[in-house]
Amino acid sequence: MAPRTLFDKIWDSHVVETLPDKTAILYIDRHLVHEVTSPQAFEGLRLSGRRLRHPDATIAVVDHNVPTSDRTQPIEEAESRNQIETLERNVKEFGVPYFPLLSARQGIVHVVGPEQGISLPGMTIVCGDSHTSTHGAMGALAFGIGTSEVEHVMATQTILQKPAKNMKVVVEGQVGPGVTAKDIMLAIIGHIGTAGGTGHVIEFAGSAIRELDMAGRMTICNMSIEAGARAGLVAPDETTFEYVRGRPFAPKGEAFDAAVAYWKTLAADEGAHYDRVVELRAEDITPVLTWGTSPETVIPVTGTVPDPAAEADPGKRAQMQRMLDYMGLEAGQKIAGTPVDVVFIGSCTNSRIEDLRAAAAVAAGRKVAEGVRAMIVPGSGIVKAQAEEEGLDKVFLEAGFEWREAGCSMCLGMNPDRLTPGQRCASTSNRNFEGRQGPGGRTHLLSPAMAAAAAVTGCLTDVRELI
Amino acid sequence: MDKFTVLSAVAAPLPEENIDTDKIIPARFLKTTKRTGLGVHAFDSMRYRADGSENPDFVLNQEPYRKAEILITYDNLGCGSSREHAPWALLDFGIRCVIAPSFADIFHNNCFKNGILPIVLPHDVCTQLMEDARMGGNARLTIDLPRQVVVRPDGTEVPFAVDPLRKKLLLEGLDDIGQTLQHEKEITSFEERRAKAQPWIPRIVLD
Repeated sequence: MAPRTLFDKIWDSHVVETLPDKTAILYIDRHLVHEVTSPQAFEGLRLSGRRLRHPDATIAVVDHNVPTSDRTQPIEEAESRNQIETLERNVKEFGVPYFPLLSARQGIVHVVGPEQGISLPGMTIVCGDSHTSTHGAMGALAFGIGTSEVEHVMATQTILQKPAKNMKVVVEGQVGPGVTAKDIMLAIIGHIGTAGGTGHVIEFAGSAIRELDMAGRMTICNMSIEAGARAGLVAPDETTFEYVRGRPFAPKGEAFDAAVAYWKTLAADEGAHYDRVVELRAEDITPVLTWGTSPETVIPVTGTVPDPAAEADPGKRAQMQRMLDYMGLEAGQKIAGTPVDVVFIGSCTNSRIEDLRAAAAVAAGRKVAEGVRAMIVPGSGIVKAQAEEEGLDKVFLEAGFEWREAGCSMCLGMNPDRLTPGQRCASTSNRNFEGRQGPGGRTHLLSPAMAAAAAVTGCLTDVRELI
Repeated sequence: MDKFTVLSAVAAPLPEENIDTDKIIPARFLKTTKRTGLGVHAFDSMRYRADGSENPDFVLNQEPYRKAEILITYDNLGCGSSREHAPWALLDFGIRCVIAPSFADIFHNNCFKNGILPIVLPHDVCTQLMEDARMGGNARLTIDLPRQVVVRPDGTEVPFAVDPLRKKLLLEGLDDIGQTLQHEKEITSFEERRAKAQPWIPRIVLD
């Protein structure tokens, strides 16, 4: 057999059958369900009298719509409340395991899956959400799907797909101080663009990736979708196995050993073919952030806002100008020193305990700048509890941050946490589209450490000045 | 999904080009948790006046077209967003067949996925069929999918083309799920093979 990539191996081991037009019926190991993209799928099952084939391979949570403030009060927004109540009726009717709003295990679906040992290496994992790519950090093939496909997976435990192309992004070397997984990924997206991974599954490799902990790898794979890729992957290794060991739904004892033996076979074979390879040097990556309304508008925090006049293509020039106008920035201005109104530390990209530790290290002994609203939104109830055990909540509260309940929060303005028009936000989330965090809101994507630096200085700041 | 074989029904003429998915179902109705129930909002901006009352000039507010199951339009029907809510709204209204000189790609696919037959016929043929439709309640069109013909009220037949696999799925009432479930034996034997090879894969069961 020809040498195969990690993606090839996971793909091959899940093909139930290949149809005449090369479409595969691909078996799905894990289906993650949330309140926004599932109601029509459940209804479809009901209308057609179909059952959910494997409730025991499915897990449901509420995350997109939920308020991150006091949970003892009823949810105010009627449509959000209805979507949540609908999910609760559906999981009951179809027997789907579910972490309800008041459960300690509730949280953002892409934080909960790995944390609970539900997402495991070598698996195929889907969810009606584009950031399902996060779970690729486990060495699993994980991607977002639409509502019809959600129903298809519910009914058949498979999905119809044509194989993707293989791409490898290699980051060799050692990053400097203050440079995190978020900076690495933003640098990659800035380098290859938001369509750089289109049609491909990206495997992230190289010593700088290997050195990352699981939270860092999840940040990287999470934003594969912002690079246009169908999914992102990191080959499972000792870091992965140690992370999985002892998780609530992970295999235990001999079963764990057998699993690890299998997972060790997944790494790409020597000489495996990649359709595209991109290489970056870790030493070249500095703390970065975005200046515009596309995740590819990445500049070093020491840099200046680019000048549209320097862009030859008139279409791109106009687009850049539109971004500058929307963001309220001037061409050529230094990005550092730009005042912020809100700091959001959270989202499926950066809300894990490691992210909160990094933010707390910067916040400790400092105060949130006057006039700045700074929010910490843990990715799950478990993350929140862990942080409180470590005393991080006190660090944040003493510094003047809000310490909130788990959920998607201000990443997508679908719940009460929203920017108001014109507000500028230093955000650890994944998308800076117009209106993404609330109509008229201005988003700068950056790492948790950089976000904390912005909170305590009141402006976009090079975190290296504070560490 | 309901089977589509021979449909004999009232057809509504809607002689416009570029009827986009926002016209078929406006974005503000996408917050629903249901696939059904969108029919009342289908063509909302054309169908209702600002005060919410029916616009009597709109064809689907007129008899016999309130019961139309066939819709005839001009070019590029269903352009715009990929929202599956568009065919959901049509189906919920009662439309099972749309006829136009051309369709937007995604909408065309989404129709098949939801048991609606989209038929491509030349512009002048669409005009003739609209004339037939204007004859009112007795002027039913018959869509004979097995024979791939539209039968006009005077008995003349207009042949149309359809992808053989799509035709099969419609005739048997199979959506993608139905089609995949025809391979259920293979899925089951895949599961059995895997359970043997990787018995350590955990089931998700809550205490």
